[in-house]
Amino acid sequence: MSWFQKLMPSRIRTDATDNARNRSVPEGLWTKCSGCSAVLYRPELERNLEVCPKCGQHMRINARARLEALLDDGSAMELAGSIQPQDVLRFRDSKKYKDRLAQAQKTTAENDALVVLHGEIEGVEVVACAFDFEFMGGSMGSVVGERFVRAAHFALDQEIPLVCFSASGGARMQEALFSLMQMAKTSAALGRLRDAGIPYISVLTDPTMGGVSASLAMLGDINVAEPGALIGFAGPRVIEQTVRETLPEGFQRAEFLLDHGAIDMIVDRREMRTTLASLFALLMRLPSSPAQRRLEADHDEPVAG
Amino acid sequence: MNLNFLDFERPIAELEAKIDELRFVGDDNDLNIHEEIQRLRDKSDSLTAEIFGRLTAWQIAQLARHPQRPYTLDYLQRLVTEFHELHGDRAFADDPAIVGGIGRLDGRPVMLIGHQKGRDTREKIRRNFGMPRPEGYRKALRLMQTAERFGLPILTFIDTPGAYPGVGAEERGQSEAIARNLQVMASLKVPVICTVIGEGGSGGALAIGVGDRLNMLSYSTYAVISPEGCASILWKSAERAQDAAEAMGITAPRLKELGLVDEVLEEPLGGAHRDVDAMGETLKSRLRRQLAVIEAEGTDRMLERRYERLVSVGNWKE
Repeated sequence: MSWFQKLMPSRIRTDATDNARNRSVPEGLWTKCSGCSAVLYRPELERNLEVCPKCGQHMRINARARLEALLDDGSAMELAGSIQPQDVLRFRDSKKYKDRLAQAQKTTAENDALVVLHGEIEGVEVVACAFDFEFMGGSMGSVVGERFVRAAHFALDQEIPLVCFSASGGARMQEALFSLMQMAKTSAALGRLRDAGIPYISVLTDPTMGGVSASLAMLGDINVAEPGALIGFAGPRVIEQTVRETLPEGFQRAEFLLDHGAIDMIVDRREMRTTLASLFALLMRLPSSPAQRRLEADHDEPVAG
Repeated sequence: MNLNFLDFERPIAELEAKIDELRFVGDDNDLNIHEEIQRLRDKSDSLTAEIFGRLTAWQIAQLARHPQRPYTLDYLQRLVTEFHELHGDRAFADDPAIVGGIGRLDGRPVMLIGHQKGRDTREKIRRNFGMPRPEGYRKALRLMQTAERFGLPILTFIDTPGAYPGVGAEERGQSEAIARNLQVMASLKVPVICTVIGEGGSGGALAIGVGDRLNMLSYSTYAVISPEGCASILWKSAERAQDAAEAMGITAPRLKELGLVDEVLEEPLGGAHRDVDAMGETLKSRLRRQLAVIEAEGTDRMLERRYERLVSVGNWKE
């Protein structure tokens, strides 16, 4: 850090080396898999989209890295990026909300917990949103709600599908009732999409809980989850305290939700791009992409028609 | 009168006890006692007015959960005639934590839906302390869609600590049930008026709380999380619930100030439980008036305004 950066108040300092996306500094070269504890080479793990090459554990991935991997190279344009959070309640718990925001902005290099891009997946034009769990637990406040609604309205205007990757602990307590109302806000906008016949695919990633799960994340025309993702309304600890018994193995995991009929499918992150491209093309009644046709040709039996 | 006083009402309770004593001896004594009783009565009223004039958010939260607080069915009795309760989600069960049915408000048919808490221990358990499971929300959804088909306005009454956090509730899709209601309510083609009558507990409250108007009784609360829950997460101690209640701004006047609530319905002196009939009257006249205003708009305008209201909520700068 230069002497000049040291002089700046920590709130406004955005040091490039602090950036979570930029971890290729020497001390961060090796990392441990949260599933099998294997020691993994960071650049390789990044190339593998934060999925452990040994055991397939899906570790958390930041919003931008996810969207970059999803969208065709050079196709993406950010939407509603200039919207900034505002602390009208002057909320203060053990820390000021303003300081928590500044801290989160510094560590993630994002200004709030949702990133929205307009781009293409294998040539299919889409609006793609992703939550950044690193930003205050991916919590949904006014900025997340507003960005999501603008994403939905853009999709509506352009008649292109919408996809959202959720990763969130729920509503942002520091915005009190305003954050609760974002549930109604985002769900209402998705209602417009539904009425207009514009497809919306929700991808639930680890973790998707509370207010986000009980609004935009469960309202997909198709609900997809990543393997092992924790998904639910109430957190496991709250449930344990309420029912006073230990919860069954695998409770609230993606596989549990698939068994109980809450989601359509579980998709490996490394297959997400081709799966979404295919699903959107099918729902939009578009021809298969060249990549999809190549994939089908590799199969023994070609699909009729 | 056994009013079940809260801690901060202790001075009022003491006065009321004195009045009761005097009344007891009053039977075989002279007229002076009646004057004395009247004097104490007035004093009790002015003391109540004084105490209730400066309630903290935490004290209001306790009033909203008062054991004698009127619940949905107490109001329905006073609001409508010819009430028929309708049961079940047609898929799994009937959830007694949410009640609903059709009836007449001033002769006109309406659909009524609300959370329902129990009064005694047995009923409390039966109604799961007003914490609905997915089938409760799906029953509400079914009734709302029925109302839409038959052109009946929908009146909802919110009073829940929250959606039930249980294993079965998760298995049957608590999140989906809430989310679905939020989405469908945003575009129901009949007027929807929502009133918080007690506790507005987070998503479990909102799931029957999306509409053209949002009212709150003056000692009800509405919050994204309970003060205790907020305190234990952000302060790491449930004891700080008072601070959390203050910081979140959970009271009706504060939420009106923030533009999140349309109207605050003034409760009788000492709270709605002191005079349920009077509260019922206030509620009835307010609902009647709001319904007339919304209906005068016409369906298209109503839906456009409802959508605008919903999507404009929030604070940001750009």
